[in-house]
Amino acid sequence: MIETRIHGRGGQGGVTSAELLARGAIEKGKFAQAFPSFGPERRGAPVQAFVRVSDERIKLREKIYEPDIVLVLDPSLLDIGNVAEGLKSDGLVVVNSSESAQAIKDKYGFPKVAQVDATKIALDELGVPITNTTMLGALLKAANVLEVEDLQGAIEERFGPKLGPKNFAALQRAYKETEIA
Amino acid sequence: MGKRIGTEVSIAVAEAVKLARVDVISAYPITPQTHIVEDLSQIVANGELEAAFIPVESEHSAMSAAVGAAATGARVYTATSAQGLALMHEILFIASSLRLPMVMTVANRSLSGPISIWNDHSDIMAERDIGWIQIFGENGQEIFDLTIAAFRIAEDKRVLLPVCVNMDGFILTHMIEPIEVPDQELVDRFLPPFEPAMKLDPANPVTMGPVGVPEIYTEAKKQCDVALTNSKPVIEEVLQQWAEIFGRKYSLIEKNGTESAETVFVTMGSLGETVMTAIEELNAEGQSVGQVRIRLWRPFPKEEFKQAIKGVKRLIVIDRALCPGSTSGPVAAEIKALLYEESEKPEVINVIAGLGGRDVTRKDFKTMLDMALKGEFKDDYTIWGVRSHAE
Repeated sequence: MIETRIHGRGGQGGVTSAELLARGAIEKGKFAQAFPSFGPERRGAPVQAFVRVSDERIKLREKIYEPDIVLVLDPSLLDIGNVAEGLKSDGLVVVNSSESAQAIKDKYGFPKVAQVDATKIALDELGVPITNTTMLGALLKAANVLEVEDLQGAIEERFGPKLGPKNFAALQRAYKETEIA
Repeated sequence: MGKRIGTEVSIAVAEAVKLARVDVISAYPITPQTHIVEDLSQIVANGELEAAFIPVESEHSAMSAAVGAAATGARVYTATSAQGLALMHEILFIASSLRLPMVMTVANRSLSGPISIWNDHSDIMAERDIGWIQIFGENGQEIFDLTIAAFRIAEDKRVLLPVCVNMDGFILTHMIEPIEVPDQELVDRFLPPFEPAMKLDPANPVTMGPVGVPEIYTEAKKQCDVALTNSKPVIEEVLQQWAEIFGRKYSLIEKNGTESAETVFVTMGSLGETVMTAIEELNAEGQSVGQVRIRLWRPFPKEEFKQAIKGVKRLIVIDRALCPGSTSGPVAAEIKALLYEESEKPEVINVIAGLGGRDVTRKDFKTMLDMALKGEFKDDYTIWGVRSHAE
């Protein structure tokens, strides 16, 4: 089982990232759970979402306290709290940042870092700084959860014929541009 | 047969209601139930389900309209949570005493105050004695399946009672997970059209709900009580038929973990799954621990429960609601009363956990076991995870 905790700000689509990952996994015949940090959403406030992906039935209804992967949609979150709280000792932090993966790793001491400038990609490909689909490209590059193609169906279903392909293109580009340190 | 999809459980519940071909949905939105009725109103508006969606102005009206619609012989569905359920209170008794079949999802949420939208069982426990069949589900698939099965149970001529299916608010309502959605044809085979035993019909007038004068009230209540008690074998039968058609078997009481375990956790609802994982890990460490999950809360499956805990030394009963000023939480109180007459009975430890959305984790259950083995639970009940002495 791979447990991912997503950190974003309300309105950035972290819950959608969780949902897409879970749907992609379920479409592939795997088991998955995706859920938000329950409660009212506040735009701009730090929020979390959670994803579990497993080859076996998942029998757990607690939040994720010791994630394998932490996905950070907003670089400002790195400095206002410990996004890596509880992260496994060999865990991965996937960050949207314009700084290099090595620089982030050195600065925060994360065990493993995957970095991509998702805001720039999202602005180029989608015209808005919403990085939820883009960042999934970085996650898939750095972690062996699913193949990129596994998310195409879920993304196109979620975003429709006009925005779906654009979001998937942003994800593919992030996959290519992600650096790992 | 059918399809396996990744969906939010609330959306799956709406799909189950659609597959059940309900005639009337009468509901008022309230967190965390909202997605269910929102999706149903869309399904009806899109013409995917030929039903009347009554957007009432309150839950009191939602239940009143449901009662009226069921009395005309319609297949009726509603859903609510917490304050909404509380607002239905007086009409809930009317539905069961008129012996009107209907199905209600309760997306369990704590009752205010303090104001809370998060999960616990205080809403349904405040309605424990409404005379409805009350079922608890542990996961999305189970909620989906039991929602459809609930119509069959409610409408069976040997039952004729409303059924409430409880699902933990947020923990299940807002969860995306895989759900097997069966084909309409199979659901139709399982659930034939509703044939009411009696209905309001201008051509054949009847009176429903007249005054129960002292000469008749007691008998009427007795009949309702007997009907609820007698529904148990029918519920088992319906769930057996569900298993035969859909391949998923649900018992009234489920048991797992070490055979002849010394200590057994007792849960209702989604906590059962977390306990499952906790005891798998504890069993691997060699601990003699098991689990009993209560699926049917009303009528309480007394014999099945007694059978499931036979020979057990110690029960750790988890309640997700408080009975202030009482001897224990509602589930533990039920169990203690049930065991009173038994010559050999286990120690009953009662832990009130997960109030108002407080997460209850594997670690918590392991700590509970540890404390139980050391004899550290001294009080009638223990409110779990209190961060400071709120005394």
